[in-house]
Amino acid sequence: MTRLVRRQGWVAGLLVLFVVLLVITRLIQPGYGSGDFGSLVRAVLPYAFAVAAQTIVVIGGGIDLSVGAMMALTSVTAASMMDGASEEYALFVVPFVLAMGLVLGAVNGMLIVVTRVPDIVVTLATLFVLQGAALLVLGAPGGAVAEWLRATIVGTVPIPGLPEISAWIPKALVLLVVCLCIIWIPLKRSKLGLSIYAIGSSELAAFRSGVPVARTKIIAYALSGLFAAMGGLALTMSTGIGAPIPGPYLLASVAAVVLGGVALGGGKGGLLGPIVAVFVLRLVRTDLTLLAIDPNVTAIIEGAIMVAVVMFGAFITMRGRQ
Amino acid sequence: MSTTAIQPVPFGRRLKRFMADRPLIPLIILLVILVVVLQILRPGIVNERWLANTIKFAIPLAILAGCQTMTMLTGGIDLSVGTVATMSAFIMATQVVNHDPAVAILIALVPAVLIGLVNGIGVGVFRVHPLIMTLGTSLIGTGCLQVYQRTVIASGAKIPPFLAWLGTGLTYGVPNALLLFVPIAVLIVLTLNRTGFGRLLYAVGDNEGAARLSGVRYWQVITALYVISSVLAGITGLLYIGLIKAPSLSLAEPLVLPSVAAAVIGGTSIFGGRGGYTGTIIGALILTVLTTLLTILQMPEGARRILFGLIVLFVTAAYLRIIEDR
Repeated sequence: MTRLVRRQGWVAGLLVLFVVLLVITRLIQPGYGSGDFGSLVRAVLPYAFAVAAQTIVVIGGGIDLSVGAMMALTSVTAASMMDGASEEYALFVVPFVLAMGLVLGAVNGMLIVVTRVPDIVVTLATLFVLQGAALLVLGAPGGAVAEWLRATIVGTVPIPGLPEISAWIPKALVLLVVCLCIIWIPLKRSKLGLSIYAIGSSELAAFRSGVPVARTKIIAYALSGLFAAMGGLALTMSTGIGAPIPGPYLLASVAAVVLGGVALGGGKGGLLGPIVAVFVLRLVRTDLTLLAIDPNVTAIIEGAIMVAVVMFGAFITMRGRQ
Repeated sequence: MSTTAIQPVPFGRRLKRFMADRPLIPLIILLVILVVVLQILRPGIVNERWLANTIKFAIPLAILAGCQTMTMLTGGIDLSVGTVATMSAFIMATQVVNHDPAVAILIALVPAVLIGLVNGIGVGVFRVHPLIMTLGTSLIGTGCLQVYQRTVIASGAKIPPFLAWLGTGLTYGVPNALLLFVPIAVLIVLTLNRTGFGRLLYAVGDNEGAARLSGVRYWQVITALYVISSVLAGITGLLYIGLIKAPSLSLAEPLVLPSVAAAVIGGTSIFGGRGGYTGTIIGALILTVLTTLLTILQMPEGARRILFGLIVLFVTAAYLRIIEDR
């Protein structure tokens, strides 16, 4: 019970931090309004999916280093398939790419289960492999995206009679919430979700209580791959092209997971915390940009914040263990 | 091993044991096979000049793989070596315009020491996973390098002649880079096998809890290790720029994945406590020959990365099997 209170308290604290940062943003830039919020959400979108992908695996006691590479591969696949194709063809591309993420994620999980090599090594190897595959699909940034797909994340959701509120609800946010909820809420309420938490907190105990450890692990990685594929699609949707070189999504996802109150040891936390955390991290970046700080310096500060967060998280985990 | 002479053991098991006991022999056989395949594909390619070239390109890889070997012995990994090497090379090339080469080299090694220190403290004191820690510092390092680049954009860059001599020169057909590499290699091998520090590395990687209980000061060992690894990476950068002769912001990045692969191929366990540097050197040679082979077969960069990934996975899995078998 106390843990539940503490966890919800952590998420609430993050939300407060986010609001405080929004107020600070308004102080720096009095004109910061709904339009800027919309572009913030669009920028967060790929990060948020990367974080979701990482969260589900970390809760299950593992870590997925191949998140960024998986996103790069799915993004270039989508972009090169839609290049020069008709608008309707994208209706086929989206499910294909999502299925690809699911399968590749499951392969990750199977390799971990079958070879018994630790998660971190297997996903490091698949990081190399997926990166190479992305380069084979598309040697340089390029490709295209269907117009209607781009339109799904641009603009706001119209609510009749309430233009004030609807201006603050970008389509990208709705898309993010819908995609995450569709998978997360049924999962959290099912036996499978419980099994993922169980193998995360103690694999041996879970095994002895009859949890199918291998199957649960494979499914956790498959879902992670699915989220990563969504992230790749979001990346293609927001940039209009596919880029074969993975962005800084790996470190960002780990930092947001830690900041979001999910223990790196596994078995604790939820999805809401990391998602709020990634909004906080991106808003910090926006603020730095608004303060007219050199973008390269911004990258350094951002990297330093992420490393500090991960160090802090590791420190807490270590304390918890002692 | 004396039991094998008395009791008949299945050939497969015996082969496995043999490979586990003497990892160098199968590695050398693999290297020879690769060279033979190369000679068959392109008759006449294997000559003195090819040999010198292969060694020249294998040396920077072998030193970086040395960083990986030492960190892997403690169960870690150092993914920041590429960034550190690039930083020291770039800073040296731009500082040498205004300073004496010796001063420029000293300036260039400062960020290497700093990054090593941060890595060591993060891993040793805060217990962050080395992979994530070194990835983070390499992101920060790249950012710093980009900011730095803008401050020196007007001054230009040059490469001191002696570094070019060291990187590309040949004396009687023998690469000059060996002058740098042989002492470094001997030093690493002696450190690992003959000194207390080397034993501590193996001890920490083999059983951290036991090492702590026997009085090993974990964080000091780890901090020293990551600083050494970073400085070695910095020196590699200086050598590599003498070889490539074109300073850029992604100079040594392509060496990172192969350096991990070379150490893994060389028999160093990624889980720590097992391995050595001689295997890594042969691993680096194997990868260099393999790269030549892939280039001749016109394999694209993507296929090469896939291959490196599969090698890491396959070798680690095979290694686990061998361990479990004993």
